[in-house]
Amino acid sequence: MQTPAPFEYDRATSIDQAIGLLEQYGPDTRLVAGGHSLLPMMKLRLAQPGRLVDINDLDDLSYIRQEEAQIAIGSLTRHSELLSSPLLAQHWSIFAEAERVIADPVVRNRGTIGGSLCQGDPAEDLSALVCALRAQLVIRSRGGSRTVEARDFYLGPYETVIGPAEMLTEVRIPIHEGAGSAYEKVERRAGDWAVVAVGCFVKLDADRVLDVGIGLAAVNARGFAAPEAEDRLRGQPATEEQLAAAASLAAQHCRPQADQRGPEDYKRYLVGELTRRALRRAIDRASRGGA
Amino acid sequence: MQVTMRVNGEEVSRDVEPRLLLVHFVRERLGLTGTHWGCDTSNCGTCVLWMDGEPVKSCTVLAAMADGRDIRTVEGLEKGTQLDPVQEGFMREHGLQCGFCTPGMMMTARWLLDHNPDPSEHEIREAISGQICRCTGYENIVRAIRWAAEHPAKEEVAS
Ligand SMILES: Cc1cc2nc3c(=O)[nH]c(=O)nc-3n(C[C@H](O)[C@H](O)[C@H](O)COP(=O)(O)OP(=O)(O)OC[C@H]3O[C@@H](n4cnc5c(N)ncnc54)[C@H](O)[C@@H]3O)c2cc1C
Ligand code: FES
Ligand code: FES
Repeated sequence: MQTPAPFEYDRATSIDQAIGLLEQYGPDTRLVAGGHSLLPMMKLRLAQPGRLVDINDLDDLSYIRQEEAQIAIGSLTRHSELLSSPLLAQHWSIFAEAERVIADPVVRNRGTIGGSLCQGDPAEDLSALVCALRAQLVIRSRGGSRTVEARDFYLGPYETVIGPAEMLTEVRIPIHEGAGSAYEKVERRAGDWAVVAVGCFVKLDADRVLDVGIGLAAVNARGFAAPEAEDRLRGQPATEEQLAAAASLAAQHCRPQADQRGPEDYKRYLVGELTRRALRRAIDRASRGGA
Repeated sequence: MQVTMRVNGEEVSRDVEPRLLLVHFVRERLGLTGTHWGCDTSNCGTCVLWMDGEPVKSCTVLAAMADGRDIRTVEGLEKGTQLDPVQEGFMREHGLQCGFCTPGMMMTARWLLDHNPDPSEHEIREAISGQICRCTGYENIVRAIRWAAEHPAKEEVAS
Protein backbone atom coordinates (compact mmCIF):
# COMPACT_ATOMS: atom_id res chain seq x y z
CA MET A 1 0.00 0.00 0.00
CA GLN A 2 1.40 3.33 -1.01
CA THR A 3 0.70 6.19 1.31
CA PRO A 4 1.88 9.78 1.06
CA ALA A 5 4.61 11.00 3.41
CA PRO A 6 3.20 12.85 6.42
CA PHE A 7 2.04 16.44 5.94
CA GLU A 8 -0.11 19.07 7.60
CA TYR A 9 -3.55 19.84 6.17
CA ASP A 10 -5.52 23.09 6.03
CA ARG A 11 -8.90 23.74 4.45
CA ALA A 12 -8.88 27.19 2.88
CA THR A 13 -11.87 29.41 3.62
CA SER A 14 -11.08 32.20 1.15
CA ILE A 15 -8.69 32.96 -1.70
CA ASP A 16 -6.83 35.49 0.42
CA GLN A 17 -6.52 33.11 3.33
CA ALA A 18 -5.16 30.38 1.03
CA ILE A 19 -2.55 32.79 -0.35
CA GLY A 20 -1.76 33.85 3.23
CA LEU A 21 -1.07 30.21 4.17
CA LEU A 22 1.20 29.79 1.13
CA GLU A 23 3.11 32.89 2.23
CA GLN A 24 3.27 31.89 5.85
CA TYR A 25 4.53 28.34 5.33
CA GLY A 26 6.69 28.81 2.24
CA PRO A 27 7.45 26.74 -0.86
CA ASP A 28 7.01 23.42 0.97
CA THR A 29 3.27 24.14 0.97
CA ARG A 30 1.09 23.14 -2.00
CA LEU A 31 -2.46 23.89 -2.97
CA VAL A 32 -4.65 20.87 -3.60
CA ALA A 33 -7.63 21.20 -5.95
CA GLY A 34 -8.99 17.95 -7.40
CA GLY A 35 -5.90 16.17 -6.12
CA HIS A 36 -5.91 13.87 -9.13
CA SER A 37 -2.40 14.77 -10.20
CA LEU A 38 -0.90 15.75 -6.85
CA LEU A 39 -2.14 12.83 -4.70
CA PRO A 40 -0.96 10.11 -7.11
CA MET A 41 2.46 11.83 -7.13
CA MET A 42 2.45 11.97 -3.34
CA LYS A 43 1.54 8.29 -3.12
CA LEU A 44 4.51 7.47 -5.31
CA ARG A 45 6.60 9.92 -3.21
CA LEU A 46 7.42 11.91 -6.32
CA ALA A 47 6.06 14.86 -4.37
CA GLN A 48 6.40 15.33 -0.62
CA PRO A 49 4.91 18.68 0.38
CA GLY A 50 4.99 19.47 4.08
CA ARG A 51 1.57 21.06 4.02
CA LEU A 52 -1.50 20.98 1.80
CA VAL A 53 -3.99 23.81 1.48
CA ASP A 54 -7.28 22.38 0.23
CA ILE A 55 -9.13 24.90 -1.95
CA ASN A 56 -12.21 22.76 -2.67
CA ASP A 57 -14.47 24.95 -0.51
CA LEU A 58 -13.73 28.09 -2.55
CA ASP A 59 -16.98 28.19 -4.49
CA ASP A 60 -16.08 31.64 -5.83
CA LEU A 61 -13.43 29.92 -7.98
CA SER A 62 -15.99 27.70 -9.68
CA TYR A 63 -17.82 29.32 -12.61
CA ILE A 64 -18.05 29.60 -16.38
CA ARG A 65 -19.46 32.94 -17.52
CA GLN A 66 -19.35 35.34 -20.41
CA GLU A 67 -17.67 38.69 -19.81
CA GLU A 68 -17.92 40.80 -22.95
CA ALA A 69 -15.83 39.11 -25.67
CA GLN A 70 -14.37 36.51 -23.31
CA ILE A 71 -15.46 33.47 -21.38
CA ALA A 72 -14.13 33.54 -17.82
CA ILE A 73 -13.57 30.16 -16.18
CA GLY A 74 -12.78 29.90 -12.46
CA SER A 75 -9.75 27.74 -11.72
CA LEU A 76 -11.70 25.30 -9.53
CA THR A 77 -14.12 24.42 -12.36
CA ARG A 78 -14.16 20.63 -12.82
CA HIS A 79 -13.59 18.75 -16.06
CA SER A 80 -17.19 17.48 -15.91
CA GLU A 81 -18.48 21.06 -15.80
CA LEU A 82 -16.36 22.08 -18.79
CA LEU A 83 -17.72 19.07 -20.66
CA SER A 84 -21.36 19.94 -20.06
CA SER A 85 -21.24 23.75 -20.27
CA PRO A 86 -23.75 25.13 -22.84
CA LEU A 87 -21.87 28.44 -22.98
CA LEU A 88 -18.61 26.73 -23.95
CA ALA A 89 -20.41 24.45 -26.39
CA GLN A 90 -22.01 27.46 -28.07
CA HIS A 91 -18.67 29.18 -28.77
CA TRP A 92 -16.00 26.45 -28.75
CA SER A 93 -16.68 22.82 -29.68
CA ILE A 94 -13.07 22.09 -28.80
CA PHE A 95 -13.93 22.06 -25.09
CA ALA A 96 -16.38 19.18 -25.13
CA GLU A 97 -14.32 17.34 -27.73
CA ALA A 98 -11.21 17.50 -25.58
CA GLU A 99 -13.01 16.84 -22.31
CA ARG A 100 -14.66 13.71 -23.67
CA VAL A 101 -11.21 12.16 -24.03
CA ILE A 102 -9.57 13.51 -20.86
CA ALA A 103 -9.23 10.73 -18.29
CA ASP A 104 -12.58 9.05 -17.50
CA PRO A 105 -15.95 10.29 -16.21
CA VAL A 106 -15.15 9.60 -12.54
CA VAL A 107 -11.78 11.38 -12.67
CA ARG A 108 -13.49 14.24 -14.49
CA ASN A 109 -15.77 14.72 -11.49
CA ARG A 110 -12.75 15.84 -9.46
CA GLY A 111 -9.98 17.18 -11.70
CA THR A 112 -10.04 20.96 -12.22
CA ILE A 113 -8.89 23.26 -14.99
CA GLY A 114 -6.58 25.08 -12.56
CA GLY A 115 -4.92 21.89 -11.36
CA SER A 116 -4.56 20.65 -14.91
CA LEU A 117 -2.79 23.80 -16.09
CA CYS A 118 -0.64 24.24 -12.97
CA GLN A 119 0.49 20.63 -13.05
CA GLY A 120 2.34 21.47 -16.27
CA ASP A 121 2.35 17.86 -17.43
CA PRO A 122 3.64 17.86 -21.04
CA ALA A 123 0.69 15.64 -22.04
CA GLU A 124 -2.03 17.73 -20.37
CA ASP A 125 -4.86 18.15 -22.88
CA LEU A 126 -6.21 21.39 -21.42
CA SER A 127 -2.77 23.00 -21.75
CA ALA A 128 -2.83 22.34 -25.49
CA LEU A 129 -6.39 23.64 -25.61
CA VAL A 130 -5.83 26.95 -23.82
CA CYS A 131 -2.65 27.53 -25.83
CA ALA A 132 -4.48 26.82 -29.10
CA LEU A 133 -7.13 29.40 -28.18
CA ARG A 134 -4.53 31.89 -26.86
CA ALA A 135 -6.25 32.12 -23.52
CA GLN A 136 -5.06 34.36 -20.72
CA LEU A 137 -4.42 33.17 -17.20
CA VAL A 138 -5.09 35.31 -14.16
CA ILE A 139 -2.67 34.73 -11.27
CA ARG A 140 -3.33 36.14 -7.85
CA SER A 141 -0.92 36.95 -5.04
CA ARG A 142 -1.20 39.13 -1.96
CA GLY A 143 -0.24 42.23 -3.92
CA GLY A 144 -2.99 41.75 -6.52
CA SER A 145 -3.48 40.00 -9.84
CA ARG A 146 -1.37 39.62 -12.94
CA THR A 147 -2.39 38.21 -16.31
CA VAL A 148 -0.14 36.05 -18.46
CA GLU A 149 -0.61 34.60 -21.91
CA ALA A 150 -1.21 30.84 -21.74
CA ARG A 151 1.70 30.32 -24.12
CA ASP A 152 4.04 32.13 -21.69
CA PHE A 153 2.79 30.21 -18.66
CA TYR A 154 5.00 27.15 -19.05
CA LEU A 155 8.71 27.18 -18.28
CA GLY A 156 9.23 23.49 -18.98
CA PRO A 157 7.82 20.09 -17.99
CA TYR A 158 6.00 20.40 -14.65
CA GLU A 159 7.20 23.99 -14.34
CA THR A 160 5.11 27.14 -14.65
CA VAL A 161 5.50 30.84 -13.89
CA ILE A 162 3.37 30.49 -10.75
CA GLY A 163 5.37 31.56 -7.71
CA PRO A 164 5.23 29.78 -4.33
CA ALA A 165 2.74 32.25 -2.89
CA GLU A 166 0.57 32.61 -6.00
CA MET A 167 -2.66 31.04 -7.15
CA LEU A 168 -4.21 30.63 -10.57
CA THR A 169 -7.70 32.04 -10.20
CA GLU A 170 -9.14 32.39 -13.70
CA VAL A 171 -8.76 31.29 -17.30
CA ARG A 172 -9.96 33.80 -19.88
CA ILE A 173 -10.94 32.37 -23.24
CA PRO A 174 -11.42 34.81 -26.13
CA ILE A 175 -14.63 34.50 -28.13
CA HIS A 176 -14.25 34.78 -31.90
CA GLU A 177 -17.71 34.91 -33.46
CA GLY A 178 -17.91 32.49 -36.37
CA ALA A 179 -14.63 30.71 -35.67
CA GLY A 180 -14.48 26.91 -35.75
CA SER A 181 -12.46 24.63 -33.50
CA ALA A 182 -11.63 20.94 -33.07
CA TYR A 183 -9.61 18.53 -30.93
CA GLU A 184 -7.90 15.34 -32.11
CA LYS A 185 -6.22 12.88 -29.76
CA VAL A 186 -4.62 9.51 -30.20
CA GLU A 187 -4.51 7.46 -27.00
CA ARG A 188 -3.57 3.83 -26.38
CA ARG A 189 -6.82 3.05 -24.62
CA ALA A 190 -9.89 4.88 -23.31
CA GLY A 191 -9.00 7.35 -20.58
CA ASP A 192 -5.27 7.33 -21.16
CA TRP A 193 -2.95 10.27 -21.63
CA ALA A 194 -2.29 11.34 -25.19
CA VAL A 195 0.30 9.75 -27.41
CA VAL A 196 -0.20 13.00 -29.29
CA ALA A 197 -3.08 15.47 -29.29
CA VAL A 198 -3.76 18.55 -31.39
CA GLY A 199 -6.33 21.28 -30.85
CA CYS A 200 -7.01 24.24 -33.08
CA PHE A 201 -9.28 27.09 -34.01
CA VAL A 202 -9.73 28.74 -37.40
CA LYS A 203 -11.38 32.01 -38.32
CA LEU A 204 -12.28 32.46 -41.98
CA ASP A 205 -12.83 35.46 -44.21
CA ALA A 206 -14.69 33.92 -47.13
CA ASP A 207 -12.26 31.14 -48.14
CA ARG A 208 -9.21 32.68 -46.56
CA VAL A 209 -7.76 31.91 -43.13
CA LEU A 210 -8.05 35.12 -41.15
CA ASP A 211 -6.66 33.71 -37.92
CA VAL A 212 -5.63 30.32 -36.63
CA GLY A 213 -4.36 28.81 -33.36
CA ILE A 214 -2.78 25.39 -33.04
CA GLY A 215 -2.02 23.66 -29.72
CA LEU A 216 0.00 20.46 -29.33
CA ALA A 217 0.08 18.09 -26.35
CA ALA A 218 2.70 15.48 -25.45
CA VAL A 219 5.38 16.59 -27.94
CA ASN A 220 7.29 19.24 -25.92
CA ALA A 221 6.20 22.08 -28.17
CA ARG A 222 7.24 25.42 -26.70
CA GLY A 223 4.16 27.02 -25.18
CA PHE A 224 2.18 23.92 -26.26
CA ALA A 225 1.79 25.64 -29.65
CA ALA A 226 2.80 25.48 -33.31
CA PRO A 227 3.45 29.14 -34.28
CA GLU A 228 5.36 28.25 -37.48
CA ALA A 229 2.35 26.37 -38.80
CA GLU A 230 0.00 29.21 -37.78
CA ASP A 231 2.15 31.80 -39.57
CA ARG A 232 2.23 29.63 -42.68
CA LEU A 233 -1.54 29.36 -42.79
CA ARG A 234 -2.64 32.87 -41.82
CA GLY A 235 -3.83 34.81 -44.88
CA GLN A 236 -3.80 31.73 -47.11
CA PRO A 237 -6.78 30.07 -48.82
CA ALA A 238 -8.16 27.21 -46.72
CA THR A 239 -7.20 24.46 -49.14
CA GLU A 240 -5.91 20.93 -48.53
CA GLU A 241 -2.53 21.96 -49.92
CA GLN A 242 -2.15 24.79 -47.45
CA LEU A 243 -3.26 22.58 -44.56
CA ALA A 244 -0.69 19.97 -45.50
CA ALA A 245 2.07 22.57 -45.63
CA ALA A 246 1.11 23.94 -42.22
CA ALA A 247 0.76 20.46 -40.71
CA SER A 248 4.20 19.44 -41.85
CA LEU A 249 5.67 22.56 -40.23
CA ALA A 250 3.94 21.63 -36.95
CA ALA A 251 5.44 18.14 -37.16
CA GLN A 252 8.87 19.53 -37.95
CA HIS A 253 9.08 22.09 -35.14
CA CYS A 254 7.86 20.11 -32.14
CA ARG A 255 10.23 18.03 -30.01
CA PRO A 256 8.65 14.66 -29.24
CA GLN A 257 10.55 12.11 -27.20
CA ALA A 258 10.42 8.36 -27.54
CA ASP A 259 8.76 6.68 -24.56
CA GLN A 260 6.43 3.79 -23.79
CA ARG A 261 3.74 5.50 -25.89
CA GLY A 262 5.80 5.37 -29.07
CA PRO A 263 8.96 6.34 -30.94
CA GLU A 264 9.76 9.88 -32.01
CA ASP A 265 9.06 9.49 -35.73
CA TYR A 266 5.64 7.99 -35.03
CA LYS A 267 4.75 10.96 -32.83
CA ARG A 268 5.91 13.41 -35.46
CA TYR A 269 3.81 11.60 -38.03
CA LEU A 270 0.81 11.87 -35.69
CA VAL A 271 1.35 15.61 -35.19
CA GLY A 272 1.15 16.11 -38.95
CA GLU A 273 -1.86 13.91 -39.45
CA LEU A 274 -3.82 15.15 -36.41
CA THR A 275 -3.06 18.78 -37.26
CA ARG A 276 -4.53 18.25 -40.71
CA ARG A 277 -7.62 16.53 -39.36
CA ALA A 278 -8.22 19.15 -36.66
CA LEU A 279 -7.78 22.03 -39.12
CA ARG A 280 -10.11 20.39 -41.62
CA ARG A 281 -12.87 19.99 -39.07
CA ALA A 282 -12.36 23.48 -37.62
CA ILE A 283 -12.59 24.97 -41.11
CA ASP A 284 -15.71 22.98 -41.78
CA ARG A 285 -17.30 24.35 -38.62
CA ALA A 286 -16.17 27.89 -39.43
CA SER A 287 -17.67 27.66 -42.89
CA ARG A 288 -20.98 26.61 -41.33
CA GLY A 289 -21.29 29.47 -38.87
CA GLY A 290 -18.73 28.45 -36.30
CA ALA A 291 -18.07 26.71 -32.94
CA MET B 1 -7.01 15.75 13.03
CA GLN B 2 -10.71 15.13 13.63
CA VAL B 3 -12.92 14.44 10.61
CA THR B 4 -16.70 14.24 10.62
CA MET B 5 -18.81 13.18 7.68
CA ARG B 6 -22.09 11.47 6.85
CA VAL B 7 -21.56 7.95 5.61
CA ASN B 8 -24.62 6.17 4.22
CA GLY B 9 -26.80 8.62 6.13
CA GLU B 10 -25.06 8.28 9.48
CA GLU B 11 -22.71 10.82 10.99
CA VAL B 12 -19.28 9.43 11.82
CA SER B 13 -16.32 11.13 13.48
CA ARG B 14 -12.75 9.84 13.76
CA ASP B 15 -9.28 11.08 14.53
CA VAL B 16 -7.09 10.59 11.44
CA GLU B 17 -3.69 11.43 10.02
CA PRO B 18 -4.07 13.96 7.17
CA ARG B 19 -2.40 11.52 4.78
CA LEU B 20 -5.04 8.81 5.26
CA LEU B 21 -6.81 8.11 1.97
CA LEU B 22 -10.60 8.04 1.98
CA VAL B 23 -10.63 4.43 0.70
CA HIS B 24 -8.57 3.28 3.69
CA PHE B 25 -10.64 5.40 6.07
CA VAL B 26 -13.83 3.76 4.87
CA ARG B 27 -12.42 0.24 4.88
CA GLU B 28 -10.19 0.23 7.93
CA ARG B 29 -11.61 2.87 10.24
CA LEU B 30 -15.28 2.29 9.51
CA GLY B 31 -15.09 -1.42 8.60
CA LEU B 32 -17.01 -0.83 5.36
CA THR B 33 -14.98 -3.26 3.28
CA GLY B 34 -17.41 -3.27 0.37
CA THR B 35 -15.37 -0.47 -1.19
CA HIS B 36 -12.24 -2.08 -2.64
CA TRP B 37 -8.74 -0.84 -3.26
CA GLY B 38 -6.80 -2.08 -6.27
CA CYS B 39 -4.10 0.26 -7.57
CA ASP B 40 -1.82 3.18 -6.80
CA THR B 41 -2.39 5.06 -10.04
CA SER B 42 -6.09 6.02 -9.88
CA ASN B 43 -6.80 3.74 -12.83
CA CYS B 44 -8.80 0.72 -11.69
CA GLY B 45 -11.94 2.31 -10.22
CA THR B 46 -12.77 -0.43 -7.74
CA CYS B 47 -12.64 2.25 -5.00
CA VAL B 48 -15.47 4.35 -6.47
CA LEU B 49 -17.96 5.71 -3.94
CA TRP B 50 -20.07 8.86 -3.92
CA MET B 51 -18.96 12.11 -2.35
CA ASP B 52 -21.62 14.82 -2.23
CA GLY B 53 -23.69 12.85 -4.73
CA GLU B 54 -21.00 12.18 -7.34
CA PRO B 55 -18.86 9.11 -8.00
CA VAL B 56 -15.20 9.67 -7.08
CA LYS B 57 -12.14 7.45 -6.85
CA SER B 58 -11.72 7.28 -3.08
CA CYS B 59 -8.04 6.31 -3.39
CA THR B 60 -7.46 9.78 -4.78
CA VAL B 61 -9.27 11.74 -2.09
CA LEU B 62 -7.94 12.31 1.43
CA ALA B 63 -10.21 11.46 4.34
CA ALA B 64 -9.43 15.02 5.41
CA MET B 65 -10.86 16.32 2.13
CA ALA B 66 -14.09 14.44 2.85
CA ASP B 67 -14.52 16.19 6.19
CA GLY B 68 -18.03 17.69 6.29
CA ARG B 69 -19.13 15.90 3.16
CA ASP B 70 -21.73 13.27 2.38
CA ILE B 71 -20.42 9.80 1.50
CA ARG B 72 -22.35 6.89 0.04
CA THR B 73 -20.70 3.48 -0.31
CA VAL B 74 -21.90 0.24 -1.84
CA GLU B 75 -23.24 -0.73 1.59
CA GLY B 76 -25.64 2.20 1.22
CA LEU B 77 -27.21 0.90 -1.98
CA GLU B 78 -29.82 -1.42 -0.53
CA LYS B 79 -32.83 0.06 1.20
CA GLY B 80 -33.69 -2.03 4.27
CA THR B 81 -33.72 -5.53 2.89
CA GLN B 82 -34.56 -4.36 -0.62
CA LEU B 83 -31.62 -4.67 -3.00
CA ASP B 84 -31.07 -1.80 -5.39
CA PRO B 85 -32.08 -2.75 -8.96
CA VAL B 86 -28.43 -2.43 -9.89
CA GLN B 87 -27.48 -5.09 -7.36
CA GLU B 88 -30.35 -7.23 -8.53
CA GLY B 89 -29.23 -6.77 -12.13
CA PHE B 90 -25.67 -7.85 -11.38
CA MET B 91 -27.08 -10.99 -9.75
CA ARG B 92 -29.49 -11.88 -12.53
CA GLU B 93 -27.22 -11.11 -15.47
CA HIS B 94 -24.04 -12.54 -13.91
CA GLY B 95 -22.43 -9.11 -13.86
CA LEU B 96 -19.61 -10.41 -11.72
CA GLN B 97 -17.23 -13.30 -11.44
CA CYS B 98 -14.60 -12.63 -8.78
CA GLY B 99 -16.49 -9.54 -7.62
CA PHE B 100 -13.45 -7.35 -7.12
CA CYS B 101 -14.55 -4.56 -9.48
CA THR B 102 -18.23 -4.90 -8.60
CA PRO B 103 -18.69 -2.26 -5.87
CA GLY B 104 -17.16 0.47 -8.03
CA MET B 105 -19.13 -0.66 -11.06
CA MET B 106 -22.40 -0.62 -9.12
CA MET B 107 -21.83 2.83 -7.64
CA THR B 108 -21.14 4.31 -11.06
CA ALA B 109 -24.10 2.44 -12.53
CA ARG B 110 -26.48 3.81 -9.88
CA TRP B 111 -25.31 7.34 -10.60
CA LEU B 112 -25.69 6.84 -14.34
CA LEU B 113 -29.25 5.56 -13.99
CA ASP B 114 -30.16 8.40 -11.64
CA HIS B 115 -29.13 10.86 -14.35
CA ASN B 116 -29.96 8.88 -17.45
CA PRO B 117 -32.63 6.27 -16.71
CA ASP B 118 -32.49 4.68 -20.17
CA PRO B 119 -28.82 4.62 -21.21
CA SER B 120 -27.65 3.05 -24.46
CA GLU B 121 -24.97 0.39 -24.42
CA HIS B 122 -22.49 3.02 -25.55
CA GLU B 123 -23.43 5.36 -22.72
CA ILE B 124 -23.04 2.55 -20.19
CA ARG B 125 -19.62 1.62 -21.53
CA GLU B 126 -18.55 5.24 -21.45
CA ALA B 127 -19.76 5.67 -17.85
CA ILE B 128 -17.70 2.70 -16.61
CA SER B 129 -14.71 3.42 -18.83
CA GLY B 130 -12.56 4.46 -15.87
CA GLN B 131 -13.04 1.11 -14.18
CA ILE B 132 -11.33 -2.15 -14.93
CA CYS B 133 -12.81 -5.65 -14.83
CA ARG B 134 -10.40 -8.50 -15.38
CA CYS B 135 -13.04 -11.23 -15.44
CA THR B 136 -16.25 -10.55 -17.30
CA GLY B 137 -15.13 -8.86 -20.50
CA TYR B 138 -17.72 -6.21 -19.54
CA GLU B 139 -20.55 -7.78 -21.57
CA ASN B 140 -22.46 -8.96 -18.52
CA ILE B 141 -21.80 -5.77 -16.62
CA VAL B 142 -23.45 -3.82 -19.43
CA ARG B 143 -26.36 -6.30 -19.41
CA ALA B 144 -26.68 -6.00 -15.64
CA ILE B 145 -26.95 -2.23 -15.87
CA ARG B 146 -29.47 -2.50 -18.71
CA TRP B 147 -31.48 -4.91 -16.56
CA ALA B 148 -31.52 -2.33 -13.78
CA ALA B 149 -32.62 0.34 -16.25
CA GLU B 150 -35.54 -1.83 -17.29
CA HIS B 151 -36.52 -2.71 -13.73
CA PRO B 152 -36.47 0.51 -11.72
CA ALA B 153 -37.43 0.31 -8.04
CA LYS B 154 -41.09 1.05 -7.33
CA GLU B 155 -40.58 4.46 -5.72
CA GLU B 156 -38.36 5.56 -8.64
CA VAL B 157 -41.25 4.88 -11.00
CA ALA B 158 -43.53 6.93 -8.78
CA SER B 159 -41.16 9.90 -8.50
C1 LIG C 1 -6.41 8.08 -14.13
C2 LIG C 1 -6.13 9.47 -14.61
C3 LIG C 1 -6.14 9.74 -15.98
C4 LIG C 1 -5.88 11.01 -16.45
N1 LIG C 1 -5.92 11.24 -17.79
C5 LIG C 1 -5.70 12.49 -18.26
C6 LIG C 1 -5.75 12.77 -19.65
O1 LIG C 1 -6.01 11.89 -20.47
N2 LIG C 1 -5.49 14.03 -20.06
C7 LIG C 1 -5.22 15.04 -19.18
O2 LIG C 1 -5.02 16.15 -19.62
N3 LIG C 1 -5.22 14.82 -17.87
C8 LIG C 1 -5.43 13.57 -17.38
N4 LIG C 1 -5.40 13.35 -16.04
C9 LIG C 1 -5.12 14.46 -15.11
C10 LIG C 1 -6.40 15.11 -14.66
O3 LIG C 1 -6.83 15.96 -15.68
C11 LIG C 1 -6.16 15.87 -13.37
O4 LIG C 1 -7.37 16.10 -12.78
C12 LIG C 1 -5.48 17.20 -13.53
O5 LIG C 1 -4.24 17.04 -14.11
C13 LIG C 1 -5.14 17.88 -12.24
O6 LIG C 1 -6.23 18.58 -11.77
P1 LIG C 1 -6.50 18.58 -10.20
O7 LIG C 1 -7.51 19.60 -9.93
O8 LIG C 1 -6.78 17.20 -9.78
O9 LIG C 1 -5.08 19.10 -9.66
P2 LIG C 1 -4.30 18.78 -8.30
O10 LIG C 1 -3.78 17.40 -8.32
O11 LIG C 1 -5.10 19.20 -7.13
O12 LIG C 1 -3.09 19.83 -8.46
C14 LIG C 1 -2.11 19.68 -9.46
C15 LIG C 1 -1.02 20.74 -9.22
O13 LIG C 1 -1.53 22.04 -9.45
C16 LIG C 1 -1.42 22.85 -8.30
N5 LIG C 1 -2.65 23.66 -8.26
C17 LIG C 1 -3.93 23.19 -8.28
N6 LIG C 1 -4.80 24.22 -8.35
C18 LIG C 1 -4.05 25.36 -8.36
C19 LIG C 1 -4.37 26.75 -8.43
N7 LIG C 1 -5.65 27.20 -8.52
N8 LIG C 1 -3.34 27.64 -8.44
C20 LIG C 1 -2.06 27.21 -8.36
N9 LIG C 1 -1.70 25.92 -8.30
C21 LIG C 1 -2.69 25.00 -8.30
C22 LIG C 1 -1.26 21.90 -7.15
O14 LIG C 1 -0.55 22.48 -6.09
C23 LIG C 1 -0.48 20.77 -7.80
O15 LIG C 1 0.88 21.09 -7.85
C24 LIG C 1 -5.63 12.06 -15.54
C25 LIG C 1 -5.65 11.82 -14.15
C26 LIG C 1 -5.88 10.54 -13.69
C27 LIG C 1 -5.89 10.30 -12.22
S1 FES D 1 -7.90 1.92 -6.08
FE1 FES D 1 -7.57 1.87 -8.22
S2 FES D 1 -8.59 3.69 -8.85
FE2 FES D 1 -8.78 3.76 -6.73
S1 FES E 1 -15.61 -9.56 -11.73
FE1 FES E 1 -13.52 -9.92 -11.38
S2 FES E 1 -12.68 -7.99 -11.79
FE2 FES E 1 -14.69 -7.72 -12.43
